[in-house]
Amino acid sequence: MLRYTLRRLLLAIPTLLVISFVIFALLDLAPNDPTANLPTTIPPEVREQIRLSLGLGEPFLIRYLKWLYQFFVNEPLNLLQSAFGIEIGDASERLRLRSWTTRSPIVDLIVERAPQTLTVVGLGYLTGILIALPIGIISAYRKYSWFDQIGTLVSMIGFSVPTFFTGLLLIIIFSVNLNWLPSIYDTSLRVTDWGSFTAQLKQMAMPVAVLGLYNAAQISRFMRASMLENFGQDYVRTARAKGMSEHVVIFVHVLRNSLIPVVTVIALGVPQVFGGAIITEQIFRINGLGELLISGIQSADIPLVQTLTFIFAVLIVTFNLIADILYGILDPRIRYE
Amino acid sequence: MNVSPQAQASAKATVLEVRDLRTIFRFRGGTLWAVNGVSFSLAAGELLGVVGESGSGKSVTMMSLMKLLPMPPAEIVSGSVRLGERELLGIDPKTMREVRGGEVGFIFQDTMTALNPVFTVGYQIMEPLRAHLGLSRKAARARAVELMALVGIPSPAERLDDYPHQFSGGMRQRVMIAIALSCDPKVLIADEPTTALDVTIQAQIVELVKSLRRELGMAIIWITHDLGVVAGLADRVLVMYGGLVVEHAPVDSLYARPQHPYTRALLETLPRADTEKAGRLKSIGGQPPNLLAPPQSCPFAPRCAYAFSRCHSENPPLFALGGGHDVACWWDIDQGAPRRDA
Repeated sequence: MLRYTLRRLLLAIPTLLVISFVIFALLDLAPNDPTANLPTTIPPEVREQIRLSLGLGEPFLIRYLKWLYQFFVNEPLNLLQSAFGIEIGDASERLRLRSWTTRSPIVDLIVERAPQTLTVVGLGYLTGILIALPIGIISAYRKYSWFDQIGTLVSMIGFSVPTFFTGLLLIIIFSVNLNWLPSIYDTSLRVTDWGSFTAQLKQMAMPVAVLGLYNAAQISRFMRASMLENFGQDYVRTARAKGMSEHVVIFVHVLRNSLIPVVTVIALGVPQVFGGAIITEQIFRINGLGELLISGIQSADIPLVQTLTFIFAVLIVTFNLIADILYGILDPRIRYE
Repeated sequence: MNVSPQAQASAKATVLEVRDLRTIFRFRGGTLWAVNGVSFSLAAGELLGVVGESGSGKSVTMMSLMKLLPMPPAEIVSGSVRLGERELLGIDPKTMREVRGGEVGFIFQDTMTALNPVFTVGYQIMEPLRAHLGLSRKAARARAVELMALVGIPSPAERLDDYPHQFSGGMRQRVMIAIALSCDPKVLIADEPTTALDVTIQAQIVELVKSLRRELGMAIIWITHDLGVVAGLADRVLVMYGGLVVEHAPVDSLYARPQHPYTRALLETLPRADTEKAGRLKSIGGQPPNLLAPPQSCPFAPRCAYAFSRCHSENPPLFALGGGHDVACWWDIDQGAPRRDA
């Protein structure tokens, strides 16, 4: 298992290098000008100087390698420094990945934005899982019952209706008509007392509900299918023939087997928590990572988009690895040698 | 054997008595009449072989006894199943669970899928011990090691924490037997336990069951379509066809003078080792019966070489021929004439 994990980790390095190159190259090839949004009164020579100062005078490969160096060496060193309060090398001389539009280090922007994404989108995902698992189990056990039929219908709706639609629908109902919940997420809100806590709950309710419904729709289908597949297995009959109670048959024998693929699906879905909720963040005006990415794209902030996209890629590769390892832990038949 | 098995069986107490069992499956398209009035009894320590081709209702009958069929679609319409002094049909689910695994053990055909792949074999053997006998974890573990040794698994203590996939097919079947025997059942139902195994392993399992039976003395119902296995193992044999018992006899009598055309046909399909040239394997012509309606005539009549008009209009009852030999056939095969109503 350890050897397998190490080998997979080593394999991740070339994978990530290729991904980083593709991301960098694609965005670099895209026609854009970092000075295009500046006032037209700025003369062309000054514009050219601005471009040179952003490092655009260098050849493509040099820029790529510098970006890579900053991403893999400088920024991790900075993070280590701030985490442990120690000085490694000459921090002031170290070049940082900077946003073209704000000129602030990208990592600082991400650190600012990540908490909103993690609380709202993460909670949405968690809610989705917690709703989905029981629904999937009951739907499978009571196949074609009313519960199952309604669950199927709701899942189909949750799965096929996009989040920008359900989000707007909720805003119209609960913010515009009923005026119960705020439609804009206030990041500056600090939870200090009961009043601010309920305010926080109120502003999280709709985005969490939208994401929860969407994720629950997906995961409950997986859970149901996986349970049904296992209910038909011979070992279920063996468990019943041994005189095990239905409770033990379902929650020990069938559930343990059914969870194997579902846990994998859940693990693979985690990177979406960071990146995939871009649209939901836009609708509810949550200034999280998704919103950061969208604003970066709109203002042609290439380094920001490159870095964020690459971080999403790193997360996807990491959670793929985690899913594989979980699979090996849950299923004794899988031995990674 | 000086005493005939029949005499032995009648001398002992009956552990299982099944009367007129009928099981159907309701589907959207119609109803499948799988078991159409099966009756038999099982004496303590007796080994009853149940033979018949696929779809003859032999497995469904035995699954019905213990209510192991998915209900719905399965439904036990009528009948009576007495285990010892207790009627099992209509019993509450909790008591039924105590009977399953506690008083009646099961062995299934496919050893790959019959054990849960994500639990160790030790866990799976200990489960019924803890549920039925209320043993502590430690006691159950010790008993599990004993059981694994009993069924001939080498170094049982080390193998207790292995998973089913780490065992070979024959060893997995031994684990199944250990589970089935864990609570010292009165009756062991083995549903084609050797079908998925190769011949040498089959022989080992058959030998194991024989010796376990001598040691523990439980009654066994052995479902198979292998007449060869039954010949060397059983005291009595039930031949099933179309959800009915068509012939029922002590094993010697059945092989010496089979009375039902279906039994004869089955015996003829057996490849023989003693003939010079093997030739083509024999088969029974025609199709197994379609059970979408309860049988009104003899279900075997369309495939039967001896069938005459009465076979197509009336379903024969079981005729007792003496010596415990019963047959459900209108044609007296020894006389070569229609049987007179008894």
